[in-house]
Amino acid sequence: MIRRLALTLLLVLLPAAFVVGAADGSWLKNVPARDHEKTSPYHDQPDAIAAGRRIFVDRCSHCHGENAEGSKKRPPLKSERVQQEATEGDLHWLLVNGNMRRGMPSWARLPDQQLWQVITYLKSLHE
Amino acid sequence: MKLAVVLALSAALLAIDCKAQERPYFVTYSHEMEEPGNLEIEFFNAVGKPPGGNRFIGSTVEFEYGATAWWTSEVYLDGQMTQHDSTIFTGYRWENRFRPLLREHWINPVLYVEFENVSADKALREVVGHDGKDDFLEPNAEAREEEERELEFKLILGSNYHGWNISENIIATKNLSNEPWEFGYAWAASRPLKLAASAHDCTFCGEKFQAGIEMYGGLGDRYSFGTHLTSHYLGPSLNWAAPHGMTLTFSPQFGLNDYSIPRLYRFGIAYEIDQLWERFHRGGR
Repeated sequence: MIRRLALTLLLVLLPAAFVVGAADGSWLKNVPARDHEKTSPYHDQPDAIAAGRRIFVDRCSHCHGENAEGSKKRPPLKSERVQQEATEGDLHWLLVNGNMRRGMPSWARLPDQQLWQVITYLKSLHE
Repeated sequence: MKLAVVLALSAALLAIDCKAQERPYFVTYSHEMEEPGNLEIEFFNAVGKPPGGNRFIGSTVEFEYGATAWWTSEVYLDGQMTQHDSTIFTGYRWENRFRPLLREHWINPVLYVEFENVSADKALREVVGHDGKDDFLEPNAEAREEEERELEFKLILGSNYHGWNISENIIATKNLSNEPWEFGYAWAASRPLKLAASAHDCTFCGEKFQAGIEMYGGLGDRYSFGTHLTSHYLGPSLNWAAPHGMTLTFSPQFGLNDYSIPRLYRFGIAYEIDQLWERFHRGGR
């Protein structure tokens, strides 16, 4: 009986521990160096920020909030992790691959240009 | 008259304010899953006329829900209307798609499992085995007596490269009565007309359109595998992400041999409800 209970707890707690681990930005450790170094071809360009804002509102705001403030279940994107810890390349890697175990889908369906426009917009929120 | 009712229903659907951005495919699945928590409602139609038979419109209403980022579940309700014959409900399908690899790769596999219970189906959601134009000649009253309970499996392979999406499906179907496995295929490629988004709101700018090409057909069955006595279709397709987030798709498709219906016209409307359950919690948005 105790063994069964222990096994059940293990089965419940292991995935939970994994999920909690992923929520604290552990995805950053998975980004290959080559991707980490990438930079946005639209860095700081006003048109790209405006276009990125349009894509963000259309695609991302229903989870991350109209102004990237986050929601009960989804992280804010004005956080220190997104604004300072993560490079543009890290964010690009996350958008392409998603974090599917945590509910973040892959956005590889969008052309690279649009992904970079979103990243340019997100990074502009810090300034 | 019946066609007018269908068109009126299509127009009514256009009035709903939701959002979607679909690949311009009618038969082929891409590896892209529904976003978790979103419900997409799609209305697909295929219009055709087999030689010596009556014109028909086969319709499907599809409810696609993103259960997780790697699991999408869909329910389809099918119906058809045949000129000089009748309008009937032809059955339902329930399918699930699973993405086993949780990162984006050069080629991304998705596993697809479907149960279907249909009869007299003319929606042409796929072509398998020796499906061909003769299947569309039978009167509805006779065709609907033949109920098909099938399990269908697909291996979906998809790639995104420089704005292009290329998708291939390998299809295997087993009728749960004593009939052999049947096989089919589908492939498609598409690309937005413009890759970067515009800085200003626009209705007809290039990024709102996706153009592509789609081909699909049967590959016989376990005892007669190959392209002998099978039908195949090919056609260009185009979709437009209309204002209010609706996506409209159109494709004229052409039968590639005498066993196929010479021409099919397909059109579809899709819209997506974001974060379905959260809408109830916050009282709608």
